[in-house]
Amino acid sequence: MSNAPLLEMRNISKDFFGNKVLVDINLSLREGEVLGLCGENGAGKSTLMKILFGMDVIRETGGYGGDVLLCGERAEFATPFDALAAGIGMVHQEFSLIPGFTATENILLNREPKKHSVLSEVFGDRLNALDRREMDQRSAAAIDKMGVHIDADMTINSMPVGHKQFTEIARELSKEQLRLLILDEPTAVLTEKEAEALLESIRGMSRRGIAIIFITHRLHEILAVCDKVVVMRDGRVVQDCPAKETSVPEITRQMVGRDVDLAGGEAREVRDLSSAKNILSVRGLWVDMPGELVRHVDLDVREGEILGIGGLAGQGKLGIPNGIMGLYEAGGKVVFDGAEIPLNNPRRCLDSSLAFVSEDRRGVGLLLDESLEWNVAFPAMQIQNKFLIRLLGGLIQWRDAKAIHAVTEKYIDELAIKCTGTRQSARELSGGNQQKICLAKAFALEPKFLFVSEPTRGIDVGAKALVLDALRRFNRESGVTVVMISSELEELRSVCDRIAIISGGRVSGILPAAAASEEFGMLMVSKVV
Amino acid sequence: MESSEKKNLGTAILEFIRNNIVPIMFIVICFFCIPLSGFSPSYLINEIVTRMGRNIFLILCLLIPIMAGMGLNFAMTLGAMAGEIALIFVSDLQIWGIPGVILAMIFSIPFSILLGLLCGSILNRAKGREMITSYIISFFLNGLYQLVVLFMMGSIIPIRHFSIKLPRGYGIRNTVSLLNMRQCLDNLLAVYIRGVKIPVLTFLIIGLLCLFIIWFRKTKLGQDMRAVGQDMQVARDAGINVEHTRLISIVISTVMAGFGMIIYLQNMGNLSTYSSHSQIGMFCIAALLVGGASVDKASIGNVFLGVILFHTMFIVAPSAGAAITGDSMIGEYFRVFCSYGVITIALVMYESKKRRSRSRSAQELARAAARETESAGKAAVK
Repeated sequence: MSNAPLLEMRNISKDFFGNKVLVDINLSLREGEVLGLCGENGAGKSTLMKILFGMDVIRETGGYGGDVLLCGERAEFATPFDALAAGIGMVHQEFSLIPGFTATENILLNREPKKHSVLSEVFGDRLNALDRREMDQRSAAAIDKMGVHIDADMTINSMPVGHKQFTEIARELSKEQLRLLILDEPTAVLTEKEAEALLESIRGMSRRGIAIIFITHRLHEILAVCDKVVVMRDGRVVQDCPAKETSVPEITRQMVGRDVDLAGGEAREVRDLSSAKNILSVRGLWVDMPGELVRHVDLDVREGEILGIGGLAGQGKLGIPNGIMGLYEAGGKVVFDGAEIPLNNPRRCLDSSLAFVSEDRRGVGLLLDESLEWNVAFPAMQIQNKFLIRLLGGLIQWRDAKAIHAVTEKYIDELAIKCTGTRQSARELSGGNQQKICLAKAFALEPKFLFVSEPTRGIDVGAKALVLDALRRFNRESGVTVVMISSELEELRSVCDRIAIISGGRVSGILPAAAASEEFGMLMVSKVV
Repeated sequence: MESSEKKNLGTAILEFIRNNIVPIMFIVICFFCIPLSGFSPSYLINEIVTRMGRNIFLILCLLIPIMAGMGLNFAMTLGAMAGEIALIFVSDLQIWGIPGVILAMIFSIPFSILLGLLCGSILNRAKGREMITSYIISFFLNGLYQLVVLFMMGSIIPIRHFSIKLPRGYGIRNTVSLLNMRQCLDNLLAVYIRGVKIPVLTFLIIGLLCLFIIWFRKTKLGQDMRAVGQDMQVARDAGINVEHTRLISIVISTVMAGFGMIIYLQNMGNLSTYSSHSQIGMFCIAALLVGGASVDKASIGNVFLGVILFHTMFIVAPSAGAAITGDSMIGEYFRVFCSYGVITIALVMYESKKRRSRSRSAQELARAAARETESAGKAAVK
């Protein structure tokens, strides 16, 4: 055996159209070693794994820089199937299982052992019957190797979530050539007991010589099972040390703690709004938004404040506004300004002068092919009968083109929207300017209360500052209460008065914006499920 | 405890009725119509057995696309057209009897494969909308079929025998008599039990096809089709060639539909050149659905039950209608109305079932949240 490590990544870098997401990454992993990889969302973990796995998206966006070495030899995978053949297995966050198949059928999907038959001589080997007995044996062996018992004959759709995850792991283990297994947040869906079993099985696999890269937000798990911890932030490795030499607070600080404050030196004004009355109070809210489940949220919003809602992706922060505004099925009690708002009824929310700027601006937010005027004025026209001229006592309603034009001009000026004129179609604008149109649309409704979801996602730094500034001004000048949901903590800290952190579909804590970033980091991972 | 058991039983019964509403409805209809029609049991059984032999093969061809997740294959009509073209050639060659039937089946294969490939590759471009697409394809190819049969046969494609040609010299007559092969399969080895004729050979062929389907499910290809049918993306990630698998399922279905049409027509004894195939897809699908199948799930049992119920209704409805209203047209009307109605109900139920399973996860969330609120409340009181 040569002394070369099983996997070595040297000077890996990757950019998406000039936007650097990975810079000079170096990693190495020996046989049977367990490496814990952590970092905030967007730190570059998934991109790194995609490179290792030869995903199409990497090649389509111009490849990557640096070398991946397997056992000292340079490896470049054209497709995930090459990576599989080389002994790399990956368990993705989303299940990749056939719902109506049993665990056995899924474990051996497309690798089923076959019995030879005469017909296959003529029509090819797909007409060989499956060898059920052999299948059972192989899946039993894989499940045994994993060390966690699951029922091999149970169909996936009647399984608890945890068992689905174990089925996926068993599928990778059933591959003879497996040498390196990547687990992408495998414990995210597991109960505590199941997670414990998984950790035990990771130890077992490592004893058998399988190297494991373990990606998770549950930091104590990393310390419990990993030999080595790698922390990534903003596309760089910021910490690479043996697990024994670090601790949860240390990792948290490395994950979120930025040495310099990016808020831009702007003096944050501290307002004391604790005496203001609650304008919105939420009790026992649940929202069935796929990927962003909200389990049980109690939250009070004070009149006139800007409340930030933060947390890691998938923990439910996006579900809160979407549920309250009726875009996804929700339940619980929401009281706004003294009156209870019925859920699952978007119109009633809008009528009670709540507005929502969705994170999905292309899908929900904008009429892409219509002019800016239409985009800005349409909801106000629909909901509040603004910009309408009434004739014959309201029998006929006419659009007030002049008023629409004026209000659009006003917001184009105020928000510095770059466009050729008020009649340009929304599709032609850049992402940042589209986002500003979404805001203008909500502002035109003149709401008392505004939800803004991921207002700066996918827009550049300059536009970001403008958007945040517009929100702050809207809040100060019109006295509108704003709840802003964002995955960027620094952004929340620069605008908000208080920040609620959502973790595992629940509020894990509310802190003033001036609190230390480590405290936020601890809240983010506290209840991760 | 007892009451909860009762309640469970009650919900189980309700669930059963909800899942099998269509067959139950038809059993009720037949139950009322049979006495009204005044047919003797032996006549009724004779008719049903004949129609089973005639139709089952055609309906079985729908099972494989359902397995591959492509829904109800309205484009089975394409196979029927291929079978008809084969029969036209065979009658032109004047080969009758069992050799004629076998030859027609062999002739139909290349046409079926060609049409199946065409249809399958179109459906691969319309994933998720297979049913409406296959429905429209069947209309489109009906036009093509008419072009070939009405204008090309006799002019470009040589047709020698005058008895099937239109008097103008080209094109095929409205009806092609298959009198010389009428029921040749059914009569060979036929057994009479108390005046009921059992076409043993036809049933043997059907039995073989059933065995084929059962075996096919166990093959690698069958397994791949089930995987593709349930989740295309997962199947693709596992390295299964999704497009190819779907294509094969449509080709198999079309070839089987071609055979089925030949069996159907040898029983009828004549071929209505321009209309035999036009309703066949609709009636076969309706029969399958009456048997309790749905868009994503169908079994051989559904086929048999469906044929029996649907055709019992077909046989008794006209005379039952006549007995009630004095007008036999009402029964005729009732047949067509029922076929379309059944298909509509099945499609709506498929959607609502999907929605129900989706809202179930929301209910679970709601219960969990309620429990939490409750326990938090208790803690606060303490």
